[in-house]
Amino acid sequence: MIGYILRRLLLVIPTLIGVAVAVFFLIRVMPGDVVTVKMRADGIAVSEDAIIAERKRLGLDKSIAHQFGEYLWGLAHLDLGKSLWTGEKVVDEILLRFPVSLQIAIMATLIAVVIAIPLGTISAIYRDTWIDYTVRVIAVSGLAIPSFWLGMIIVLVLLGVFNWLPKIGYVSIFDNPMANLAALFWPALSVGYRYAAVATRMMRSALLEVMREDYIRTARAKGVFRRIVMRRHALRNAMLPVVTVIGLEFAFLIGGLVVTEQVFNINGIGKLFVDATTRGDFTLIQGLVLLIAVSFILVNLVIDLLYAWLDPRIRLS
Amino acid sequence: MQDNVAEVADERAGALPSVNAKVVSPESGLSPPVLAIDNLHVHFVTENGTVRAVEGLSYTVKQGEIVAIVGESGSGKSVSALAVMQLLPPNSARIIDGSIRFEGRELLGLDEEEMRQIRGRHISMIFQEPMTSLNPVLTIGLQIMEPLTMHLEMSEAAARARAIELLTLVGITDPESRLAQFPHQLSGGMRQRVMIAIGLACNPKLLIADEPTTALDVTIQAQILELMKDLSRRLGVAVVIITHNLGIVARYADRVNVMYAARLIETGPAEAVFARPEHPYARGLLAAVPRLDRGRSVQLATIEGAPPNLLDPPEGCRFRPRCRYAIDACERVPPAVETEAGHFAACHRAGEIDTLERATIKGVDAAASSDARADGEAILDIRHTSKFFPIGGGFLRGPAKLVKAVNDVSLQIMPGETLGLVGESGCGKSTLGRLVLRLDDPTGGEIVFEGKDLAPLSRSQMTDVRKRMQVIFQDPYSSLNPRMTVGQIIGEPMHVHEIRPKAEIPGRVAELLQLVGLFPYMALRYPHELSGGQRQRVGIARALAVEPRVIVCDEAVSALDVSIQGQVINLLEHLQHQLGLTYLFIAHDLAVVRHISHRVAVMYLGRIVELASSDDLFADPRHPYTQALLAAAPVPDPVIERTRPRTIITGELPSPLNPPSGCVFHPRCPKATEDCKKAVPETRELKTGHTVACIHA
Repeated sequence: MIGYILRRLLLVIPTLIGVAVAVFFLIRVMPGDVVTVKMRADGIAVSEDAIIAERKRLGLDKSIAHQFGEYLWGLAHLDLGKSLWTGEKVVDEILLRFPVSLQIAIMATLIAVVIAIPLGTISAIYRDTWIDYTVRVIAVSGLAIPSFWLGMIIVLVLLGVFNWLPKIGYVSIFDNPMANLAALFWPALSVGYRYAAVATRMMRSALLEVMREDYIRTARAKGVFRRIVMRRHALRNAMLPVVTVIGLEFAFLIGGLVVTEQVFNINGIGKLFVDATTRGDFTLIQGLVLLIAVSFILVNLVIDLLYAWLDPRIRLS
Repeated sequence: MQDNVAEVADERAGALPSVNAKVVSPESGLSPPVLAIDNLHVHFVTENGTVRAVEGLSYTVKQGEIVAIVGESGSGKSVSALAVMQLLPPNSARIIDGSIRFEGRELLGLDEEEMRQIRGRHISMIFQEPMTSLNPVLTIGLQIMEPLTMHLEMSEAAARARAIELLTLVGITDPESRLAQFPHQLSGGMRQRVMIAIGLACNPKLLIADEPTTALDVTIQAQILELMKDLSRRLGVAVVIITHNLGIVARYADRVNVMYAARLIETGPAEAVFARPEHPYARGLLAAVPRLDRGRSVQLATIEGAPPNLLDPPEGCRFRPRCRYAIDACERVPPAVETEAGHFAACHRAGEIDTLERATIKGVDAAASSDARADGEAILDIRHTSKFFPIGGGFLRGPAKLVKAVNDVSLQIMPGETLGLVGESGCGKSTLGRLVLRLDDPTGGEIVFEGKDLAPLSRSQMTDVRKRMQVIFQDPYSSLNPRMTVGQIIGEPMHVHEIRPKAEIPGRVAELLQLVGLFPYMALRYPHELSGGQRQRVGIARALAVEPRVIVCDEAVSALDVSIQGQVINLLEHLQHQLGLTYLFIAHDLAVVRHISHRVAVMYLGRIVELASSDDLFADPRHPYTQALLAAAPVPDPVIERTRPRTIITGELPSPLNPPSGCVFHPRCPKATEDCKKAVPETRELKTGHTVACIHA
């Protein structure tokens, strides 16, 4: 098993090299660069010389091949370079925002799991009754309502009904857990609902599928208690596709909360991504894409390990 | 009442089945029958209407008795068994009427909890598919111990001890370490033994086995059924076996119930039903089965047509549209007539059929020719062919192991001949078929077709060869493209190989459809509109479209019901006669192979162990493996079965990854000696045309 994990981790390296190369060239297809955006933002007439000087300072005047070489050389030293906009290290820019995004992703996942597994199970057990229909309406609503809109409704209700809003500015959960949770619970809920809806539907259909399996019939023919048939025989088999969905959604949340972060005024990875893109901050974009690639790879590894834990056919072969 | 049952249960639970348990004969006891089903009606509500799956079924099972329920797919035999357990799908199935009494207690109307206490405790059920009937994520041990801890409230340790005992009882070696294993680590036969162990865990009084051995090889089937029979006799367990295999019924059943289109049409003691079947369907079924004790010269008598659609069954006797003795009275539902003690048939003309049949049949059609030419040049000459598959290996995993699926096989097939190829699953027979068609590339050796070696041919050169060599697959459901009409399916090869001008194709399709016994208008239908037998005929017509000389039939009739199978076998024989076709007939069913083949090759673990003419091989098998296979395969005649010596081969096919040294059969062979382990035995010709690879033959 440990050998397997090591092999999987080794495979991360070629994947990341591929991602790094692809993103390097893709972003350079975009029109404009950081210098023009920056100069225009200053709002004053800038001389052509100043632009050239700035390009030279940032190293953008060198050939693409040269820049690529530097970029790869940096990567080999685990150096992602400096942001073209702020001049800060890319790693620092990301590390500043990463905890909040990660925390929202984790909280949203917890909310989704806590809602989806029981709700999906109940829905499958009481298939085609009013309970099932209610759950399905709730789930379909979750898919239909955009998270940011739900977020706006939450903000309006908090403000209008309770005349309260979470404080602006991030407090670490280790410094002040209550303030931290009070601020981050609401965005986590607004994305968690959609997330829960996806997982509920998957849970329901996976369970219905498993309930039709021959081994469930065998268990019932043995006279096993109904709830044990459910818990021991059905749920574990039904969890396999649900684990996949939950994992992939989680990886998506790390970079994908662009609008929701805006609604709750959170300075997270999503917001950073948008900013970096509009500013043409190539080095920062490259760093963020690599971060997301690593997230997906690690989450997939965790999913595969969970699979092996749940299913002996994978574990023992 | 319930307390009473519980008390008796506790008494029984303590006592484990042991060798000194008294032998219970089926006749003993005046107590109520273990199971009494009376006038059972089960309906399925579907989108297309109500399917009457079981209508007016009645039968009883006594203590220690083995009752078989026989019928083709869709006849209602499994549904009636699930009704006893009340495990029918709750959304669509309705038990409309009737009574199911277990030891005198009515089961219909019990609530879920009351039924749960009976399931697995007093009535156990074994299902058809050992591959899917065990939970893949739970250990064997837990799955056996579950009923023990739940019904008998045994402690973990006691249940564990009992589970080990049960595994030993069903013949699983090293039971203690098996408990921690998962189903995928066991073979199909072992899984079915585990299923039986689960079924027997609480010493039930009734065991219902739904096609318990259909998915298993014949040697494993014999082991499992012997085990069930032995347990039934020793422990007095009443057994209901549901099967379509008449040989099994003849060998093991005390009573037979024959079902057709949801109704019971004949019931009686096994000897009586087999010796003097009364209902025309039961007679037809018995005549349609290819038998090991009958050769090629006997043509199979078939029942024309197909079973009715139960959404809209015919009035009166359900068999009327297919029955050649039907009279006006058959438009009324026939009552069950007792023709001799305990033997009933639901036919208006019961008692007359035998005389009628004698009058109409003009002797057996012996013209089914044995016109194979043993001389001349082989059309297909397989010379020392091998196929090794690498298993495992890959990036960062080290080198692969080799599975020797086909190992140095040589065979010659003469023009116009049928060569049967038999063996258990995993013996390499299908791989050999694929090598002949070059669907797989051989690892070594030559395959000479019409004087030309196929192995070095390029893809385009093979296209030319495939025109003269076709294949018919096992599964008539998945081997036809569902989005093409029958006409397109049959026409496609003609088009691809440019055999006919485009304009002539529809005419040729119509001709082919008639040739295989279908109607030209069916060219416009889609495969899902046809029955299994009709689809297999379409598969044959497609193969014939390019006017091939050789057809590889890979389990071509295995998926079909008995009466339909007989029709297709007759068609294949007829076509051979008419068109001079050569068949390589691959199958696991010995009786079918015996019936259709001129010569038969027996394959074991990648090698041909015996080859002889069909009559010779079945009359005088020389290789111990062939002898074991033949002994394991039951004959549908209880009189013969009861006198046949039964030497049942033990063990299972070894892993081809790690085959035994020397003769690959030696670990299972009763005649094996030290010499057998040393070298692979040479193939010797014992007499003309009969070769064996065994040093003791």
